[in-house]
Amino acid sequence: MLEATGVETFYGNIQALRGVDVSIRRGEIVALIGANGAGKSTLLMTICGNPRAASGRIVFESRDIASLPTHEIARLGIAQVPEGRRIFPRMTVLENLQMGATVAEEACYEEDVERVFELFPVLRERQRQRGGTLSGGEQQMLAIARALMSRPRLLLLDEPSLGLAPRLVARIFETIGEINERQDVTIFLVEQNAHHALRLAHRAYVMANGAILLTGTGRELLDNDEVRAAYLEGGAGKTDVERGGDV
Amino acid sequence: MLGTFEYFVDQAINGITLGAIYGLIAIGYTLVYGIVGMINFAHGEIFMIGAFVSIIAFLTLGFLGLTWVPLALLLVLVATMLLTAVYGWALERFAYRPLRRSPRLAALITAIGMSIFLQNYVQLLQGARNKPLQQVIGGGFEIMREGDYVVTLSYLQIFILLLTVVLMAVFTLVIGRTALGREQRACEQDRDMASLLGVNVDRTISLTFVMGAVLASVAGLVFLLNYGVIDFYIGFLAGIKAFTAAVLGGIGSVPGAMLGGLLIGLIEALWSGYFTVEYKDVAAFSILVLVLIFRPTGLLGTPDVEKV
Repeated sequence: MLEATGVETFYGNIQALRGVDVSIRRGEIVALIGANGAGKSTLLMTICGNPRAASGRIVFESRDIASLPTHEIARLGIAQVPEGRRIFPRMTVLENLQMGATVAEEACYEEDVERVFELFPVLRERQRQRGGTLSGGEQQMLAIARALMSRPRLLLLDEPSLGLAPRLVARIFETIGEINERQDVTIFLVEQNAHHALRLAHRAYVMANGAILLTGTGRELLDNDEVRAAYLEGGAGKTDVERGGDV
Repeated sequence: MLGTFEYFVDQAINGITLGAIYGLIAIGYTLVYGIVGMINFAHGEIFMIGAFVSIIAFLTLGFLGLTWVPLALLLVLVATMLLTAVYGWALERFAYRPLRRSPRLAALITAIGMSIFLQNYVQLLQGARNKPLQQVIGGGFEIMREGDYVVTLSYLQIFILLLTVVLMAVFTLVIGRTALGREQRACEQDRDMASLLGVNVDRTISLTFVMGAVLASVAGLVFLLNYGVIDFYIGFLAGIKAFTAAVLGGIGSVPGAMLGGLLIGLIEALWSGYFTVEYKDVAAFSILVLVLIFRPTGLLGTPDVEKV
């Protein structure tokens, strides 16, 4: 479904991606883990054309999208929940959802709003409230709901668990699984919370210094000694225990 | 006479008319500031071009023998909106868009440059002399009388107020309730996120400039009808006053621009009426200084300035 080969991205003179190869098949949940600054978010943003890849190919459903403007990539069915949620703070919850439906067909709107309200009932209660007044967890739900409003075929999620209480983290991951299964949305997920992500994902990539280090199924990477040492024990794994997550 | 209520009402009517002009221009400053974060200093010139297109359209219609006022007004209104919108669009497309990712100073200097350019462009094409237009809408009716001091509300003033109120209502609805308005507000709050959702940011910014230019063109027409004489330099002072109005109301806020315009118009007219005409500009700009000192976000502005 999405095939990235040899993708290189620069911020000014600084190279953020050094020849990244990633392949995502339809129906999968693929996780991308790695330390801070490894280039995970940059890869997601490069897929959406902001910043644009300096070289390499990004093929989505047999079409090279590396040179398309961001808004046209959105039209092809790729939605992103970017780092930091980035909901519109001075718009109501409902208006945020309407913005999410920008590229969707108008006829589907009522049905889609109903669908995301069922997924996140708290948004129904808050629909007239301004986005900026929601709690962190509610904002995360709104960001995911907004992305779903476009009926994406590929959903890019950047750290959906960041800053959330452990109970909510479990719920968000559960919801991601549901979205993938019931709504036939392929998911590419960036996470610091490697434990949760690897258990949920069918396959995963490990990224370091702007390049892919390792790849395998979620299970394989969970059992991999290197991965355990770097991202699970001591690092993210320990904070998982501290957060009270079900490790 | 000076102390009577009638005199006050008379001056207030003048002030509201003037305020309508400032308010219409101020909305363009505030819309553009909201979405691209720059003060479009050439916006006053867009207003001036609107006035010139109007006078040319009036003279053309007169030459063609069309003298029925309502139809002439309608045609001139449409002509000035369309043609001035093209200028607003071109200004953004060719002068500002190439600098979208440059430092703010570059855009600011370009805006000042475009202001000078457009003034000289009109001066070259139309000459530097005043351009008079004979009265188009005459008459009015008496609303008050004190001895032989008569307060009249002219048909022209009624036309100006109605036109302004209708336009402001329409634009408020467009921004508040339509998909285009929502996209504009989204671009204002987070441009990159809006494009991730499929909003064509360039197109939205273009349309914002077009909307600002349309309102300024109407202000130009109103100015022409009200004063009956224009020149290539009217955009400078009116532009600065409208900018003051936008800052007074809270830059970025559309209701603020309307309120600010009204207040600046009233202050100017009442100052002229009760004190001296010579210092009316000083009065208006003193307000700007006071607002910047005591309430930098303006009357209706939001204090959360998180723009970087």
